[in-house]
Amino acid sequence: MNAVATLSAFALPVTLATILVLGIVRRVALYESFVEGAKEGFGTSVNLIPHLIAMMVAVSVFRSSGALGLLMGVLHPWLNRLHFPPELLPLALLRPISGSASLALVTDLFKHAGPDSFLGRAASTMQGSTDTTLYVLTVYFGSVGIRNPRYSVKVGLLSDLVSVIASVWAVTWMFGK
Amino acid sequence: MDVIWFGLFMTGIIVAAATGRVEAVTEGVLTGAKDGVLVSFGLISVIAFWLGMMKIAEQAGLVQSLAKLLRPLARWLYPSVPSDHPAMGSLIANMSANILGLGNAATPLGLKAMRELQDLNGNRATASAAMCTLLAMNTASLTVIPATMIGLRMEFHSRAPADIVGSTILATVIATAAAIMLDRFFRRRSMGGKART
Repeated sequence: MNAVATLSAFALPVTLATILVLGIVRRVALYESFVEGAKEGFGTSVNLIPHLIAMMVAVSVFRSSGALGLLMGVLHPWLNRLHFPPELLPLALLRPISGSASLALVTDLFKHAGPDSFLGRAASTMQGSTDTTLYVLTVYFGSVGIRNPRYSVKVGLLSDLVSVIASVWAVTWMFGK
Repeated sequence: MDVIWFGLFMTGIIVAAATGRVEAVTEGVLTGAKDGVLVSFGLISVIAFWLGMMKIAEQAGLVQSLAKLLRPLARWLYPSVPSDHPAMGSLIANMSANILGLGNAATPLGLKAMRELQDLNGNRATASAAMCTLLAMNTASLTVIPATMIGLRMEFHSRAPADIVGSTILATVIATAAAIMLDRFFRRRSMGGKART
């Protein structure tokens, strides 16, 4: 467990140092490349704004109206038996379908439970550890005109399920409930 | 997409009306829109910084360095692709870019791999086994640094924004391993009838 905590603390600094050293050794124009990439990043974030507004509004209405509370009430006894936190179910269901919708749900959980709560950490892990399965399938198969994806939808969604279970398990194991 | 958006929105409005708290809708719309803008603007810092660093990594040839290490793994993952075929190169480059978190670079490389696999597939409308493996790898998406999540946590004043790196790596490794095994399992099962002879 300590090893994983150390991994968390060192992952980012070590990655950054590796990139900088490798860049210097291979004679990359460090500063110039950084600025060029950061400019792209700016565009990426700005493109995110309309998507996030759309999804945050829908999620926010869903919560403030009491609909989320009702859903949780219905699901609670079922999911408790499976030892799965019901608050994470909407995220688990939307993660494979839409990246911006699930990002909006994570934001909502951070706002109400805090990023350092069990729910906040589990949501971070669920969001960060996988990609938007249905989006990837559509883009990749669509690009070459494949109409029969065979078993890949099954494989993608089942591994998302594994990812959800693994996220909840990893956070429980590392930080406790 | 439309269904999800409509569903969340309409259920909210109907529930609010039914429970006699219509004003909750207005409140929800306003705070939601505000949060959307605040979060997007907050994320600019981390996304811009991270993509800046990744540009350096890209130009330093980190993708190619990692590709050398991944070659044996790729041969095992894609037995149906000849190892000197251009598709193998793209498959490895796509995998390397994914592991480094270079999402912007990984997608074009993955699509290039799809075109080359489609040549091997004889331009049919049915996915080949190698394509299914490529998709399994890309939907599970092995991640080393979940940069966006670290940024979002920072914005909500997390005491330790990066402390989820370890749990994310654990979860992503388990999910990718599961994706590879599931892919192998379904591939074998689908070949059951014809290819065993």
